Formats: sequence, structure tokens, C-alpha cells
Amino acid sequence: MYKVKVFVTLRESVLDPQGTAVVHSLHSLNYQAVSDVRIGKYMELTVEKSDRDVEEVVKEVCEKILANTVIEDYRYEIEECVAQ
Amino acid sequence: MKFAVIVFPGSNCDIDMYHAIKDELGEEVEYVWHDATSLDGFDAILLPGGFSYGDYLRTGAIARFSNVMQEVVKAAEAGKPVLGVCNGFQILLEAGLLPGAMRRNESLKFICKNVELRVENNETMFSGSYKQGETIQIPVAHGEGNYYCDEETLTRLKENKQIVFTYTNNPNGSLADIAGIMNEQGNVLGMMPHPERAVDELLGGGDGVKLFQSIVKQWRDSHVVKA
Repeated sequence: MYKVKVFVTLRESVLDPQGTAVVHSLHSLNYQAVSDVRIGKYMELTVEKSDRDVEEVVKEVCEKILANTVIEDYRYEIEECVAQ
Repeated sequence: MKFAVIVFPGSNCDIDMYHAIKDELGEEVEYVWHDATSLDGFDAILLPGGFSYGDYLRTGAIARFSNVMQEVVKAAEAGKPVLGVCNGFQILLEAGLLPGAMRRNESLKFICKNVELRVENNETMFSGSYKQGETIQIPVAHGEGNYYCDEETLTRLKENKQIVFTYTNNPNGSLADIAGIMNEQGNVLGMMPHPERAVDELLGGGDGVKLFQSIVKQWRDSHVVKA
């Protein structure tokens, strides 16, 4: 079994209106040092072992549904869980 | 002419769409549930607005994998008119039947009001009854209608005259003021504004009627043999 963490964020070239609004709030709270915020999604997947390569499966589901690659980028971390 | 109104869990403009076709146009129309496996016998497909599958993950992202969408793709490939309004537009984008994607509105607010649109291309099966450059009043109601595509796609949309409607006063930050686009073949139209909510002067405006009339007229001209 694998625990997979998937991070989906808007592409660099795509303006993030939520992030922009949060930056403005931070500035009004005097956190001038924060110059940019990008808001994304974090997903945790549990993937059972199968005859397919886990990374191949994760990539496929990211491309197919978890991210919309027209406006979003994704990255993932795969961790194998050893049965207790 | 027979229309299908596709109903997903969470669709909420299906009844308005049905009303527009049946009562304002007097054409045949039926609701089709999202798990239907055939759209045989329908001449045009309407994807209504709403919040299909609660807008989980992304707007339209889950709906595009429902059974009926495979049939919608087939109908689109067969050249039948496919119209997606609001959430219907978002589903068409997720399904890849139209290029681009939707972002949250620039203001982050849900916008519900009448807006003015310009008819950018009246030589389509969806806009033939409007005048080129005509301005019309159609309501919008969405939180994610901020259209985006890359530059290459935008150039292509412009070159092929696929931009059918633009906002005269952009409410949501959409690229190039885009309110509605069609595919290259010209039989799939997606638009954020709701023509089905503008079919009766009594209820605030009738500028949406011509859109549906355009579809019917084009279909009659090409399918009904004149005696």
C-alpha cells in the first residue's frame, strides 16, 4: 500500500485571484515581507499495490482528473507503507 | 426538432432550459438523466447551468465522467448542436469539447446580474438570428466564469471566429472579454450567460430567445425538405 500526497497549484502564468486577495490581507496586517501567495489543493491518496507501477497510476489520475493541466500544475510524493 | 436537456445531480437551470424550448419555442424537449447511455433521437443537446456534483474538485470536473457525456461527445462529433450554459460550459471545457478553462471570478464574488453582450459572430448555428455586432442583455450567475486559455489558443479562437459573444463590460476578468465560444466545427457552443433566463419580456427580457430560434432555424433549413 502507498500513501500518496498530491499538490495541485495554478500555473505560474495564470493569475491567482484568491492568492492576490490573501496577499492584500497580509499586507494590511503589516506582513510586508510576504510578497506572494499561491493557493492550491492538497490531496491524500491511498493506493493499493497492483501489477501496475504506482507512479504511472498516480500520474494518470493527476492528468485525467485531479488537475486541469490547462491552468494547473501538479506534483506528488509517494511513500510506501509497510504493514504493521 | 427534438432537444435533450441533460440533468446532472446538482443541475438547477434544467427547468428553465426546458421551459424555454417547450413554452417559448414550442419545440419537443425531454430531460435526460446523467447516467443515460444513449442520445439517439435527439437533434440538439443542452447542458444546463447549476452546480453538478457540488462543483467538487473543479466545476464540471466530475460531471464530464458521467455516462451521458460519452454520448454528448458522440453527438458533437456527429455535428449535432450542443449548447452548454454556465456549468454546462464548464463541463464542455473539462470534457475537452471546447478549449480553455475557468478560473474564479477576478473579484472572488459570485456575480448574479444582467450583463450586456456583443454578438461577435452571427454566422453560426447559435447566433444566426442576431445582427452582427448587436448588443443584447442576458443575465449571468456564476462564481467561476473567468475564462482562460493560452495565447496560441486565443489566436486560433480569433482567427476561426470562434468567439461568439463578448462582454461589453467584463464582469469576471475573462480573457479578451470572452462570454461564449464555439468549437472549430461550429456545432458546440459554451457560454457563461444564461439565454434560457431571458426568454420572456414579462420576466425581465427576451434577448435569449433568438439564440434558441437560431438553432431551430438552422436545423429546419438543413433537415426539412421544402415541399
